[in-house]
Amino acid sequence: MTAIALLRIRNLVAVVMLAGIYSLLSAGLFTVMDAVDVAFTEAVVGAGISTVLMLGTLALVGRKEKAPDRHPVLPLFVVLVTGAALVYGTLDMPRFGDPGNPIHHHVAPRYLEESGHEIGIPNVVTSVLASYRGYDTMGEITVIFTAVVGVVLLMATRRRRWPGEGKGDDDGG
Amino acid sequence: MSVLGLFNYWIFVFLMMVGFYILISRGNLVKKIIGLNIFQTSVFILYISMGKVTGGTAPILVEGDAVYSNPLPHVLILTAIVVGVATTALGLSLVVRIKEAYGTIEEDEIQAEDLRS
Repeated sequence: MTAIALLRIRNLVAVVMLAGIYSLLSAGLFTVMDAVDVAFTEAVVGAGISTVLMLGTLALVGRKEKAPDRHPVLPLFVVLVTGAALVYGTLDMPRFGDPGNPIHHHVAPRYLEESGHEIGIPNVVTSVLASYRGYDTMGEITVIFTAVVGVVLLMATRRRRWPGEGKGDDDGG
Repeated sequence: MSVLGLFNYWIFVFLMMVGFYILISRGNLVKKIIGLNIFQTSVFILYISMGKVTGGTAPILVEGDAVYSNPLPHVLILTAIVVGVATTALGLSLVVRIKEAYGTIEEDEIQAEDLRS
């Protein structure tokens, strides 16, 4: 996938553009795996807002990455060992798409069967998000608020204030 | 179906390791944040792929009997994506401040600067 190209290219603007394409591709992957709501969010937030934020940052910090002078052997070794351990760990995982997987047998059937008349919204994801797991969403809003406050405080101490940064990330559901 | 059913986990492991490699081998802070984003997306793919049921459809209720994919991972990841962007924004603004304070966003130059002072 695009991720390898991300690793190689040193012009940061091209990297940011590829990151946007990567987000869009993963949004397509989410659609294929039935997660339409997630795909919407990823396309808007991941491919849209992140790209804008990163481009804004690059405008301020310059767009060239220095050539890596360290030996990549040690990181490569660490990554390969971790990856091998993870692949070994997946051998015991439940198979993809099997309806008998444990994940499908706790609260998910209840959401699917009851939310239709308990909440009255046909989209189960919305009713779970807004009602059954409403506290999660509230915590999420808290996190976003904290992040926005942090961004605004960091940016406010600058002499030459750059409008736009710190906005636009308080979006989505 | 036996080993091929694990393919989604291998994609996840591969993407996660690419992100991890970018994170630990590159000195540029913006590149590091992008690596972190790839890492994050790989976890999203893991969750969503676990929620998929073969032959299922998106969890939007329709008339009649239908097989739905599991809505719970979708909800969790929806939250995670938005939180991820918030943390990315915070990280990027930190990078901007570091650039102002040190005049560079390369990790080794920042450390050299620290040692000098």
